Amino acid sequence: MTALDALRAALDSLRANPLRSALTMLGIVIGVAAVIAMVAVGAGARDQVLRQIASLGTNLILVGQGSIARGGVKLGAGTASSLTEDDALAVLAEIPDVMVTAPSVRWGLQIVAGNQNWGTVLFGITPDYMDARDWTVEAGRGLSDDDVAQANKVVVLGRTVVRSLFGGGDPIGQPVRVFSTPLTVVGVLGEKGQNTQGQDQDDVIFVPLSTAKRNIPGMAKSNPRFIHSMVVKMRDGSDMAEAQAQLRDLLRQRHRLITDQDDDFWMRDLSEVSATRDASSRALSFLLAAVAAVSLLVGGIGIMNIMLVSVTERTREIGLRLAIGARRRDILIQFLIESTTLSLIGAAVGVVLGIATAAGVAALAGWPTLIRLDSVVLAVAVSGVVGVFFGLYPARRAARLNPIEALRHE
Amino acid sequence: MDSDRAQSDPAAVAAPLVAVEALTRRYRMGPQTVHALEGVTVAIHRGEFVAVMGPSGSGKSTFMNLLGCLDRPDAGQYRLNGREVAGLSSDALAALRNRSIGFVFQSFNLLPRQTALANVALPMVYAAVGHGQREERALAALEAVGLRGRAGHRPTQLSGGQQQRVAIARALVNEPLLLLADEPTGALDTATSIEIMALFQRLNRRGITIVLVTHEPEVARFAGRVLHFRDGCLTADLVQAPEAAA
Repeated sequence: MTALDALRAALDSLRANPLRSALTMLGIVIGVAAVIAMVAVGAGARDQVLRQIASLGTNLILVGQGSIARGGVKLGAGTASSLTEDDALAVLAEIPDVMVTAPSVRWGLQIVAGNQNWGTVLFGITPDYMDARDWTVEAGRGLSDDDVAQANKVVVLGRTVVRSLFGGGDPIGQPVRVFSTPLTVVGVLGEKGQNTQGQDQDDVIFVPLSTAKRNIPGMAKSNPRFIHSMVVKMRDGSDMAEAQAQLRDLLRQRHRLITDQDDDFWMRDLSEVSATRDASSRALSFLLAAVAAVSLLVGGIGIMNIMLVSVTERTREIGLRLAIGARRRDILIQFLIESTTLSLIGAAVGVVLGIATAAGVAALAGWPTLIRLDSVVLAVAVSGVVGVFFGLYPARRAARLNPIEALRHE
Repeated sequence: MDSDRAQSDPAAVAAPLVAVEALTRRYRMGPQTVHALEGVTVAIHRGEFVAVMGPSGSGKSTFMNLLGCLDRPDAGQYRLNGREVAGLSSDALAALRNRSIGFVFQSFNLLPRQTALANVALPMVYAAVGHGQREERALAALEAVGLRGRAGHRPTQLSGGQQQRVAIARALVNEPLLLLADEPTGALDTATSIEIMALFQRLNRRGITIVLVTHEPEVARFAGRVLHFRDGCLTADLVQAPEAAA
């Protein structure tokens, strides 16, 4: 019996009971569709998270000014004013693998343009900051070293701020005001969208660090060199944990902290965020795969059930085939091909349904989905294995029938 | 494998087609042993038309199953066309059934969803006959039973007699040495039975060896030789002038 003969016999037998075949396939159809759709949703979500994290930069360490403790009372983040521009210079000079340090100050305020005003966050920065956080300039120019050196009264606006103050108009060259300081808009930042916490990253304005300190009331305080935070950008592939340890040692030493004193700064490594996000989406994918595996298992049991019924119903046919010269192997292969055909047709329908479901989820719920070829291949392969595995017992039962008794079967 | 059929060895040609010696088959049914066949010795030559008769339980069906290589004897010898069958593997027996033996059953055993042509072609599926040749040979076999015009019909569209003729065509399609028919007229009315017997006689005249099991003397009278079985033993072996069925 050739494979073609066996396939033809299998299709013929499946056509004999179309409704029964369709219902039997349903388990596999749902299982495969679930694998593909769920993996697509999981992969889409993961892909989005990874892209957001990549937009933050994974080789960055954020260092911020911490709390000071007075008599055991901790006064909260930012109460210390120990972090300085000199710390940033020292970090760049003394820690290997540091590419850039970008000191900054930040202040929440109102920005006014003509008769419009908008509450936003001002960052006083150096040009390195834009580089470290991967900011691009969409129109006009970014801040230059010259702007910082001369404390030029210029500002670069985020997209959201531009939309709020100027609507569709061109902001370049326009005057704006923060507190009582007039600034000239020299550039517009490229759009970054939301961050992983859902905050609008484009609701910012950038001014030179020196300009911020000189013109914002109360900013310079007692220490004109103070900063709120700095971004430390490491060379790609650096050991982030090692870099953090070195940073901590250096800053503690510069701030003259004694052994059992708490840090007066905080430190955050964005690769930690990315690892956590990655792990949670991986766990989600695993859970979905487990659900899909269970439904494939149930589908397989359905196939076994129907194949056992089929073997019983076709006992005389099996007897006849044995009498006219089928070897036991021929009968075994015929029934195995039948169960595998059943599961593979189910898998094919499931692939179509799964892709359609993923597309539907993307369209209706607005979730990002990503059809992964490996999930399609895996689901189809597992269905084939399910067909063979759960078809094996019924097929062996058919092949072991005694032809004399099988021919007499009513 | 074709050597089964096309042996030109003169010794083999002279030997009987079926040579059975002291053939014994016992079944265990609970604590009892049923002696289905006890020491049967018989020879059947090429071109014979033999009827096997006996009441139910006489061993005639067991004898038939052994001749058809569907079952193995507990003792004794069975040579088909000079070849000892007892030691053959199950695959070799399947090949022997496929090429050397044709079966006809009381209940036809046609596949209901297949056309007459596909039913007749079924044994060739297991004989590695190319797809191109199958249709041609199946049509020739249908021609031999007078049903070439019904090749495209399904069993449900055919009468009982026609269905049995399709089954006979299926038995003939691999040109077997031996045609075994187990109560082939058991499900048919008298007139149709006589038609089927006439067909067997025609095939026999063309040189096909036929062994037919029946419990009806009216059927057995069309054969040239009658073997009577009782309680697992061969009790009579009579050569007779066959009555012409048509």
